[in-house]
Amino acid sequence: MRFDYHTRYRQGFALLRHRSDWLSYGLLAAALLALPMLASTYLVGELGYVFILCIASMGLMALTGFTGQVSLGHASFVAIGAYAHAWLMAQGVPFAASLPLAALISAAAGLVVGIPAIRVSGLYLAMVTLAFAIVVEQIIGMWRGVTGGYMGMMVETPQLLGLSLGSPRVFYYVCLFVAALVLLALANLMRSGIGRAFTGVRDSEAAAYALGIEVNRVKVGAFGLSAGITGLAGGLMAHHIGYLTPDAFTLLLSLDLVLMVVIGGIGSLRGAILGAVLISLLPNAVAALKSLLPAAMARQTGLEIFVAGLVLALFVLFEPTGLNGRWLKLRALIESFPLYRRDMFRRQKTYMKSERNR
Amino acid sequence: MSSATPLLEIDKVALHFGGLAAISDLSISVNSGEVLAVIGPNGAGKTSMLNLVTRVFDASRGSILFKGEDIARLPRARIAHLGIARTFQNIELFDAASVLDNLLLGRHRFGAGAWWQQVLRTPALTRREEAHRARVEEVIEFLDLSPWRNAPVAGLPYGVRKVVELGRALCAEPEILFLDEPASGLNPEESRDLAFWIDDIRSDLGITVVMIEHDMALVNAVADRVICMAQGRVLAQGTAAEVQAHPDVISAYLGA
Amino acid sequence: MNTAWEVFAQVTVNGIAVGAIYALVAMGIVLIHKATEVLNFAHGDLLVLSAFSAWALITHVGLPFWAVVPLVGAGIGVIAYGLDAVIVRRIAGQPQFAGVMLTIAMAFMIRGAVSMGFGPESQSYDTPWTGQTSELGGVAIGNLSLVIMGVSLGIAAALWLFFRHTRLGVAMQAASQNQLAAHLNGVRVKRLNSLVWALAGVTAAIAGMFLAPLSLVDTSLWLITLKALAAIVLGGFGSLPGALIGGILIGLIEQYAGVYLPDGSRDIAPYLVLIVVLILRPRGILGDAHGRRV
Repeated sequence: MRFDYHTRYRQGFALLRHRSDWLSYGLLAAALLALPMLASTYLVGELGYVFILCIASMGLMALTGFTGQVSLGHASFVAIGAYAHAWLMAQGVPFAASLPLAALISAAAGLVVGIPAIRVSGLYLAMVTLAFAIVVEQIIGMWRGVTGGYMGMMVETPQLLGLSLGSPRVFYYVCLFVAALVLLALANLMRSGIGRAFTGVRDSEAAAYALGIEVNRVKVGAFGLSAGITGLAGGLMAHHIGYLTPDAFTLLLSLDLVLMVVIGGIGSLRGAILGAVLISLLPNAVAALKSLLPAAMARQTGLEIFVAGLVLALFVLFEPTGLNGRWLKLRALIESFPLYRRDMFRRQKTYMKSERNR
Repeated sequence: MSSATPLLEIDKVALHFGGLAAISDLSISVNSGEVLAVIGPNGAGKTSMLNLVTRVFDASRGSILFKGEDIARLPRARIAHLGIARTFQNIELFDAASVLDNLLLGRHRFGAGAWWQQVLRTPALTRREEAHRARVEEVIEFLDLSPWRNAPVAGLPYGVRKVVELGRALCAEPEILFLDEPASGLNPEESRDLAFWIDDIRSDLGITVVMIEHDMALVNAVADRVICMAQGRVLAQGTAAEVQAHPDVISAYLGA
Repeated sequence: MNTAWEVFAQVTVNGIAVGAIYALVAMGIVLIHKATEVLNFAHGDLLVLSAFSAWALITHVGLPFWAVVPLVGAGIGVIAYGLDAVIVRRIAGQPQFAGVMLTIAMAFMIRGAVSMGFGPESQSYDTPWTGQTSELGGVAIGNLSLVIMGVSLGIAAALWLFFRHTRLGVAMQAASQNQLAAHLNGVRVKRLNSLVWALAGVTAAIAGMFLAPLSLVDTSLWLITLKALAAIVLGGFGSLPGALIGGILIGLIEQYAGVYLPDGSRDIAPYLVLIVVLILRPRGILGDAHGRRV
């Protein structure tokens, strides 16, 4: 059983409140820093990709998790970030300048998509983002002069201060660094005024207005922020893929990102990261599973997508708060031992509530 | 009545939904430092009046003067910044957030620092957050909310949720506070607490209170002045006893 | 001059033919959304399932097309009933978003299962009308397209009659207006919702069986969900006539863009129109505006 004893307010809003937090997060950081020395090149490359997905998933979380605006088209911002970055580098812009610029371009696109959010919300907004993603995918295919169309486009090797960042081990650190930076920035933002305004707009627009929150600005701004972060992930992903074609950024990637956010747990950055890790490991898990299955089943394609659907369905049905919710329950169990009761997190019975007039 | 200019003056305001007039030619003035109760049968336009002042609806005619400035055409989010706060009939809290965060959101109009300060969490920002937190703690103390401070709002009992909503409005340090049926759904004990609080809000915090209420016991206990509305206009005003004795009011309630 | 008119007429007819399919799929989705407020992203995958089932029954079992239609229709109807009764019902009362996620999950599972069960290869089968064309006033049109138009209109009319004139249909309407009130009036809302799913499943099955011979029997058929969603939004969520009109509009826009606009615009025109319409008229063309009360 642990009791919090605070003598100053700032202890209450520290990111790491307990000594045990410092210890466990420190160990995690040390392990992540040491890993490239120990693991195989393939594994290091894959983990770098996991970090990229973490960034993209945090980007979507900033939008869907914190302001409650569902986007079914976030792959378009990954694509915009990736192509903008690759194109800028091809024009001779150095890596360190091109990556933030690509994020800004993606953020600008996000602001444009966010403008309809002033007028429409909920499923309608989700449809706008979906439509936008389809349009972007087609435009990338058609705009041969810049994107190389369906033929694709080479991405140059990233360089910083004359050093190549191309090798998987070095690039791993780049991805880790950017992911940590994004995590820290978002965590700070979400525990400050802007983060509170986000949740305010998500939970009750009427009350948000009544407290003086510029709801429309927050909504559009959230789109810009989210698209910028996702575009950053796109820029890194361009290097991971190495050769860009439109079919790397289809609806399936958008849905994967939504999956990460939902399975991770809406409204939590930890959830975004846990979700990204789980979803990116799923194909490997399924591959491992196949060796256990009878050959007739293992040969079939479709198992992977079936398992992804199954996992999502189980989470929506039985753990709507996602991996983060599971984590919090586990922690509560440990911290309040032996006083923990099953009912501490019991869900209230809910009734059909119409959202037609929202 | 008083010779000083009123704090809020609703002047010949009308509100139409299509052809239907929810409010027609409504004039109400609120004096600084009073507790004004607005009563009236359902559909009288009481909440519509409040929604007009807080710019949820656009008035089709007339003006709403707050400290001499016409606010009837201001953007909706500006209202809070002038010092006007409200609660809602069907509680509008930020359900997934904790009581503390709900109250901190009440502080929104006092600013939360530039975005880059928030991203970097600069010392200046930490100090600012601490100052907000200190004011919020005063409200928590005032309304006895400390047992619930870190609890998510969604799971709280109805009565507590109502108090949290009142607290959130107080955190905005308004000059005028609108309460939309604050006692509905409360048990007698909670209603009594509410009466004391409203009294304190007026006399200790110096906030003018306009309260839409059906509970006449509460109205009699705290209101300096009562206005009865029916069919979108003022039927009678005066002390609680005067209004309740007014023949038009009686017939409005009995539906004559 | 004359030829330009002929082209225009031909394109219009093609657009209506394609739009009829979109409308059919859209109506199925609207049915469920109107009754239960769940936006069914798995609808297109029910369609895929029905197409593959029909292919298996025709090619492997050797049944004639006219026998397969009721068989598969009933089968998918039962499956859809089960999906609601076993899975979707559990999330009643949760936010709309939960429904979207759950049906996306079901979509993945159905698609994965179809791919595992029937194999990943594309297939094809013939209908009695395959390869025949008719000529109407100088415009050529495939007989199958004519049949599809007829089927779509027929189903729309049948649904209209059903909701207007049958006890069950009226009960469904009541439940879609206010589930609690309907429940208190003795309507068995849960069973009713499952029946709506079954009904929508049947429309999906019919759409799948008639659409597949036009293109291929393939899991990518689910993408028609996107077109149908665009149609629904254009028509204003939650109205069957809206879905019908929206579907045909999307079909027309697509065909006109393919002929009169630059290359590639065919695939994006419906979505561009969708975005513009939503910005200008946030509730769709036939939708009505509602504010939220505070």
